[in-house]
Formats: sequence, C-alpha cells, structure tokens
Amino acid sequence: MALKDSIAWYHFSAPKNFYPLAGKMIPWFWGLTIVLLVVGLYLSFFVAPTDYKQGESYRIIYIHVPAAWMSMLIYLVMAIYAIIGLAWKVRLADMMASALAPTGAMFTFLALWTGALWGKPTWGTYWVWDARLTSELILLFLYIGFISLQSAIDDPRRAAKASGLLAIVGVINLPIIYFSVQWWNTLHQGASVSPTMEPKMATIMLTTMLIMTFAFWMYTIVIVLMRVRRIILERERQTTWVMELFGGEASGGKGEKGERK
Amino acid sequence: MKTRHKRMAFILVGLAGLSVAAWLVLNALNSNLALYISPTDVLAGDAPKDQTFRLGGLVVEDSLRREDDGLTVHFEVTDSANTIPVTFTGILPDLFDEGQGVVAQGKMQGGVFAASEVLAKHDENYMPAEVAEMLEEGEKLKQQYGQSEGAATVPQTP
Repeated sequence: MALKDSIAWYHFSAPKNFYPLAGKMIPWFWGLTIVLLVVGLYLSFFVAPTDYKQGESYRIIYIHVPAAWMSMLIYLVMAIYAIIGLAWKVRLADMMASALAPTGAMFTFLALWTGALWGKPTWGTYWVWDARLTSELILLFLYIGFISLQSAIDDPRRAAKASGLLAIVGVINLPIIYFSVQWWNTLHQGASVSPTMEPKMATIMLTTMLIMTFAFWMYTIVIVLMRVRRIILERERQTTWVMELFGGEASGGKGEKGERK
Repeated sequence: MKTRHKRMAFILVGLAGLSVAAWLVLNALNSNLALYISPTDVLAGDAPKDQTFRLGGLVVEDSLRREDDGLTVHFEVTDSANTIPVTFTGILPDLFDEGQGVVAQGKMQGGVFAASEVLAKHDENYMPAEVAEMLEEGEKLKQQYGQSEGAATVPQTP
C-alpha cells in the first residue's frame, strides 16, 4: 500500500501527469467553492445574529478572519513546497509555490483592508502600529518580495531557488503573527477561536465563520490549480508533450497557440 | 551522506539558526513592541518622562465624567492593581464604555494623563444581543433572589 502510494505521488509529481489531473479536479473544487460561498454569505448576512456589543459591524469577521487565516495557511503551504523544491528538486513543487503566492498576497491584503474598515468604527482608528497589524503587513511584504524576486530572475530554476529561500526564512513571521496578541500588548483583541480553548463566540457565529473559511480554502485550491496549469505550460513549452497537447509538430516552435487535440 | 540529505541538513540548520536569531531580536525588542503601558508600569516609572506614550487598561466603572462643553471627558484607567486618571477632549470611539478596554495616547501632566487620542480595545467575545440580554436578566435575578437554586434560571424569550 505504502509503495503504491509513493508511486502515485511520484507519478503525479511530474508536471506532465499533474496537468491533466489538475484539469479534472478544477470543476469539483469550483462546485464546492460556490456552494460553500453561497451558504456562508447567506448565513453571514441573514442568519447570524447581531453582536451584543459591536452591532452589525462585527459581520466583517466573516471575511476578515477567514482571509487572515488563509493568508497564513497559504504562506505555510508555500514554504513547504519551497522546501520540497529546494531539497528534492521537484519542479512541480516550485511551480506550486509560485502559483500560491498571488492568492496569498490577495488574502493578506483583504485581511488588512477589512481590518482597517472594521478598526475605524470599533477602535476609532484605521491603523495602529501594534504587533499584530505590523506583522501581518510584513507578511504582505514577504509575498510581494517572493513574487517580485521570481519575476526579476529569468531562469526559472534560479528564480525558484532564490524565492524559495525567502519563503522559508519568512516562515518565522507566522508564529509571530499568530502569537503577537499573547506576547505583547496589542490593540487587536486576542483569539476568539484556538485549538486549545473553548471558542469565545456563539455557535452559529462560529459555524458561519468556519463555512466561510472552507469557501476561501476551496477557492484557493481552484485558483492555484488553474494558475499552476498555466505555469506548467509556460515552463514546459519546449517539451514534446506540451507541443503535442497543442497539436503542434515537434518542430512547431513556441507551442503556445494552436488547437487542442 | 547523499547530496539531498546534505541539502536538507543545510536547510534545517539554517532554519534553526534563523529561529534563534529571531528569538533574540524579539526578546531584545520586547518592551518596544508593546503598544501600550499599564498603569502599574507607569507609576513604577517605566513610561518615558515628558514624552508621548500609550496608556492601556480598563475604564473604571462610574468614573466617566463629562464637562459642560460636551467634549472634554475625565475617566480613570486601571489594570486592577493601580489606577491613573485620564483627561481627553474629543470624540470617543463607539465602543468606548466603562468597564471596557481602552488605549490612550498622551503625556503625564502632574499625575493626570492628558490624552490626545483615545482608542477602544474590544475583547474576543462575540454573542447574539438576545443572549447578552438574557445573561444580564439572569444576573439581575440572581442578585434579587440571592444564590438560591432555580432563581437564576434564564428567562425564556417570547
């Protein structure tokens, strides 16, 4: 069994074999994303009750918290792919890391932006330089640094090496973001939900937040699979399988255009 | 040792080194990373003299007084060990309330903290308004009838 599994992993770690697999997975994850998003947004706006202290403005947590969680999770996954790419020289892992970065950056920006909109009515300010807010901003810079480092180096293998190293070093920021509200005095409140404590929010509010989180998660998988398929085609455009896929002759040159077989 | 193992070892050692470095830096910065200073630390002289800093704590119940101009407020901030009186002229954030967390920026002026900005710090609890009302009712009943059993039951919502 273990041997069979490892053969499957090995098989699908080849971009050529992963490309069609990703194509098959995309519609399923689209379906999950849409269902979860519709249910989650309906619960967020119409079912979840008004908060006793913050009134209606608290509803932004249904975007803010899932976005912040995803921003950290995506970074962690990206760094794991970077380690696999650096240590085992798996090209697909490098491609996955590059495919994850833009979505991670988007969720980080979304968390910061919704947080600012929330901060004004509740705290009285859009921004303070407290440890939580600042470390999340550093996360955004790490994503931007990763993306720009990759586009600055032409050779994909060297680019993956440099940006992968940056991703791995940046992992140190994740526990800082997560524990910042415990380690230092911050304006940002402590965690309402954590693995070691009873949640400090009503069940329906928690359920809604978790559904939104899964919706964002599934969305991330869809977008990353779509993006990694494009990256595979771009980086493998000189290979015979990509040329065959696009119906070009082996001498067909670029292989970027042409009809699908 | 295979090259792959060497690379792994290199990455692991590198990560461990970076973690130690980060830990040392954070430790050294510890006091500077705090957004605010508690009343106890202020009274112990940890706050910068004649300089702006942030004071944080809970607003003492029944300490809020408004002046006739409607904008100047006086209240006290406590960390349950020590208390510092605060004065502020301006608009308070919506969540500002007695018994709630607050972070005020300003200077000490003769035992009183003159704030130029007041921010509300809210806690991590979320509950429906109805539940909060019920809890409050239950609390009232409890006080009314003492600690006797059954008296503290939460009333049913209509």
